[in-house]
Amino acid sequence: MSNSVKKVRTTRLLVLFMLLTLSLGSFTLAASAEQPTSAFPPVALEDLKVGMVLIGSQDDGFSGAHYNGLEGMKAELGLKDEQVLYKFNVPENAECDAALRELVDAGCQIIFGNSWGFMNFMEEVAEEYPQVIFSHCSGYKNNGVNFNNYFGRIYQARFLAGIAAGMKTATGKIGYVAAWADNAEVNGGINAFALGVQSVNPDAVVYVKYISSWFDPTLEKQTAVALLSLDCDVIAQHVDTSMPQVAAQEAGKFGCGYNTDMTPAAPDAHLTAPIWHWSSVYTAEVKDVINGTWLPVNYFLGLKEGMVDISPLSKNVAEGTAEKIEEARARILSGEWDVFTGPIYNNAGEMVVKEGEALADADITGGLMTTLLIKGVEVK
Amino acid sequence: MTGFWDQTSAFLYAAILASVPLLYGTLGEILTQKAGNINLGVEGMMYLGAVFGFLVGYGTDSLVLTLLSGFLAGAAGALIYAFLTVTLKANQNVSGLTLTIFGTGVANFLGEKAKMNAPLGTAFMSDRLRSFMSPMDLGAFSRLPVIGPLLFQHSIMTYLALMAGVAMHLYLKRSRPGLNLRAVGENPAAADAMGVPVAAYKYVHILIGGGLCGLGGVYISMVTCLGNWQPNIIAGQGWIAMALVIFASWKPLRAILGSLVFGALSVLRLYIPKSLIDIPAALFSMLPFVVTCLVLVVSSIRMRREHQQPAGCGVNYFREER
Repeated sequence: MSNSVKKVRTTRLLVLFMLLTLSLGSFTLAASAEQPTSAFPPVALEDLKVGMVLIGSQDDGFSGAHYNGLEGMKAELGLKDEQVLYKFNVPENAECDAALRELVDAGCQIIFGNSWGFMNFMEEVAEEYPQVIFSHCSGYKNNGVNFNNYFGRIYQARFLAGIAAGMKTATGKIGYVAAWADNAEVNGGINAFALGVQSVNPDAVVYVKYISSWFDPTLEKQTAVALLSLDCDVIAQHVDTSMPQVAAQEAGKFGCGYNTDMTPAAPDAHLTAPIWHWSSVYTAEVKDVINGTWLPVNYFLGLKEGMVDISPLSKNVAEGTAEKIEEARARILSGEWDVFTGPIYNNAGEMVVKEGEALADADITGGLMTTLLIKGVEVK
Repeated sequence: MTGFWDQTSAFLYAAILASVPLLYGTLGEILTQKAGNINLGVEGMMYLGAVFGFLVGYGTDSLVLTLLSGFLAGAAGALIYAFLTVTLKANQNVSGLTLTIFGTGVANFLGEKAKMNAPLGTAFMSDRLRSFMSPMDLGAFSRLPVIGPLLFQHSIMTYLALMAGVAMHLYLKRSRPGLNLRAVGENPAAADAMGVPVAAYKYVHILIGGGLCGLGGVYISMVTCLGNWQPNIIAGQGWIAMALVIFASWKPLRAILGSLVFGALSVLRLYIPKSLIDIPAALFSMLPFVVTCLVLVVSSIRMRREHQQPAGCGVNYFREER
C-alpha cells in the first residue's frame, strides 16, 4: 500500500513539475498566459454532452444524491434532457469499462463516475481517449491530463452528526454499520463521527462492523440488529440504504443516516444525516468544460462551499443538540480549525496527529486514513 | 457489556429471521424439482413477489392481498418458465436464468417508479400493515423464558413457512397426488403410462413452487425491510436457496433445518466478536456454499437413492420419444 501511495506521490510530483515547466514555457511565449491553460477547447452549450456512470439507481441514497446533483447542474446551466446521459446500476467490474466506452461513443465531452471501484477503469479508458474528460468521485488518482477526481469533506458533516449521536446516547455505545475496511473514505467517516461523539460525550465508544458491501439491504439490517444487541442505542451508517435506520426504529432506538434525510423511513429513530449537495461540484466542472478552462485538478469541497451538510435535525434529537452543532459548524467555517486537528490518538493509544497540527488532505483521502481508527472506536 | 447468553439468543433469533426467506425459496424449488424441472429463476420470482407484494400492500393496505399478490406474482413468473419448458420444451437452465434477469429488472423498475413518485421520496407501508407483519403476541407462549422470545415472537410469515414445509412433507410422502408427482419427477414416461397427466402435474407444481418463492420475496420486502422498498432487495438470497435445495436433499423437513443452518451461517460473522476470531468476512460469506459442497460430496459417496435429485430433473419430457 505504502509503495503505491509513494508511486502516486512521485507521479503527482512529476505531473506538477511538468505543469510548471509547461506554464513557464507558455509564459515566455505569451505574457498573458500566467495561469496554466486548459488543454480542452471551449464547447458550445448546444454541443455539450455530459455522461455519468452510477453504481446505483435514482432511488438509492448515494446514487440518488448524485442524480439530483447532475439534474441540478442541468437546470442551472440550461441543458436539455438528451444532453445528460446516465448509466445506472453499473457494477464495479468490466461492465464499468463498457459503460464508459458507450458514453465516449455517444459523444460526451465529460464523463463522471460515482463509485470508488470505478477508479481504475476510468484511468484506463481516460488514457485511451485523451480528448474526453473523466472525473471520478471518491478516489485519489489524477493523471494530470484528462482524469481528475472530486469528492467532498463529508467528514465535516459526519463530525456534526456525531455530535447529535453523542448527545443522544444513554448507554454510551454507538453502533456504526460500515462498508469496507481499510478504506480511507470509510475510516475517515468513522473517525470524524467518533470525534464528533467524543466532543460532547468523551467516554462514549463507537462499535464498528464492516459488511464488505456498499449496498445490501438485508445484510445492513442484520448488522444493525447485531449492533443493537451489543447495547448500542444509536446506529450510524456508511452504507447506502435506510435499513440500519429502520432497524433502529423497530428496536425503539435512534440513528444517523447517510446521503439523504432518512427521517421519512424512520420517523421515530432518525436524528440527522450527513448529506451531499453534488450539484455544486458538477456545475463548477461542467462550466469549466463549456468555457474551455477545465484543468486536471482535484475538487475537494466542504461545508464552506455548500458541498456537504447535515439534514435538518429531527424531533428525536436531545435538547441542546442544535446549539452544540452550530458551535462546531462555526469553528469549521472559520477555517481556523478542522475535524482532524490534533491531538488525535489511534485506538492502540498512540498519538497520530500532534497537538495543533491538522491532517493534510492527502492523509484524509488516502495515506494515513486508510487504516486509522481513533481512540474510542472498536471493530466488533 | 451484554452477556454471552444474551448474545447467543440474539444470534439465534437473527438466524431464524434470516432463514425464513431461504425456506420459502427452498420449498418452492423442491416442489418444482420434484416435478422434474430445475428452475434457476428462484431469485427472479422472489423479486417479483417482493415488488408486487409491496406495491399491492402499499396501495390496498391489506395483509391478505399483499400475501396473495406476492404469491401470484411468483406464480406468474413460474408460468412463463413452465410454458417455455413444459409446453415449448425449451432448455430449463436458460429459461430459469432468463427468469431471474427478468424478475430482477421488473422489480427494480417498478420499485424505483413507486419510490420516485412517493410523496416523501421513500415508499413504505402504513403502520397498520407493518403491525400485521411484525412479531405476533402468542399470549403465555411468547412470555415463556428463553424459548418464548426465540420461538413464539415471530411474524405470521415465519409460521406460514413452517406450516408450508410440514404440509409439503405430508403431501409428498403420504398422499396419492404426492406419489404421482414424485413419479413424474423420477420417470415421466412411467408416470404417463400409469395415466398421470404429466404436463398438468408439472404446471401445477411449478406454479405453486413459484408462488412460494414469491412469498419469500414478500418476506424480504415486508418483514426484513419492514415495508420499505429498496433497490436490489433480494441481493442473491434466491441463489442461496438453490444451494439449500441440495443441502436439504430435496426433503421439505430437512429444508426447515437446513434453512436454519444457512440462516445461522449468514449472520454468524455479525455475532462472533472480532477480538475472538479475526478472519476475513468473505470466508464467512463462503460458508453456506462450502457446506453445500461438502453435502454434495458426502451424498455422492453414499449414493443413497433417496438423497438424490429426482432422476427426470433437467430433461424435458417428450411423449413421442418413448
